[in-house]
Amino acid sequence: MKKNRNWSLWVGFLFLLAGFLSYAFFAQFPVTRDFPWANFLLFAIGGILLVVGLFRAFGKPRVYRGKILGPILAILGICMFGFFSYVFFYVLREVPPSTGAPRVGQKAPEFTLLDQDGKEVSLRDLTTRSKAVALIFYRGFW
Amino acid sequence: MRSFQQRLQELESRGIQVVAISVDPPDINRRQRQKLGYTYTFLSDPKAEVIRRYDLLHRGAGPKGTDIARPAEFLVDSSGTIRWVNLTENIAVRARPQQVLEAFEEGERAVPQ
Repeated sequence: MKKNRNWSLWVGFLFLLAGFLSYAFFAQFPVTRDFPWANFLLFAIGGILLVVGLFRAFGKPRVYRGKILGPILAILGICMFGFFSYVFFYVLREVPPSTGAPRVGQKAPEFTLLDQDGKEVSLRDLTTRSKAVALIFYRGFW
Repeated sequence: MRSFQQRLQELESRGIQVVAISVDPPDINRRQRQKLGYTYTFLSDPKAEVIRRYDLLHRGAGPKGTDIARPAEFLVDSSGTIRWVNLTENIAVRARPQQVLEAFEEGERAVPQ
């Protein structure tokens, strides 16, 4: 008897893959930027489908394929989810506490630095020239 | 940082100047600015002296374990006083121009000019 293709394994795996690869895409939109719930939703759908597929492969091995493929896809899926969670919940949060950073109401420490054209710019120049200055410290492009 | 470029006109029309600071040298800043189409000022702090003074040093987080700045945003008024601070707990989550505009408006209301 020819066995049925175990589609829920494949579709589940595709959802997991989409959840894994779409972080940069969803980071563009304000609603999904700060917390990647769209990615976690894709992971959840993928996980459920994959589990259904595994039940089919092992529960009805005469009807469905996937006894070898299922566990392989499941392990890959767990690795992707694990890596994603590790990066999101640990790596991206490895930020120094900066308890000594200037606070609201304090004077901003004065500085003089070179701008993109090699010209000296001081904080005093900036504040006297405008109503307010937004200082954006960033990691750099290198 | 792209979002600040997108709303730069709005920020500048209220008298808010946007300035980015990192350890990148001026020539990299010039190239990146051109490439990404940013028109606000980029300042270079290659030895992380100012970054250290603001307690924003992220040790060993740069390429080959160099020290770089952690992401942080400040709004400084014309007297040099800090009006608003944003110290993110997740390097992927940065301040939005909207937050800066709101902090500025609040300061304007508190000190009518």
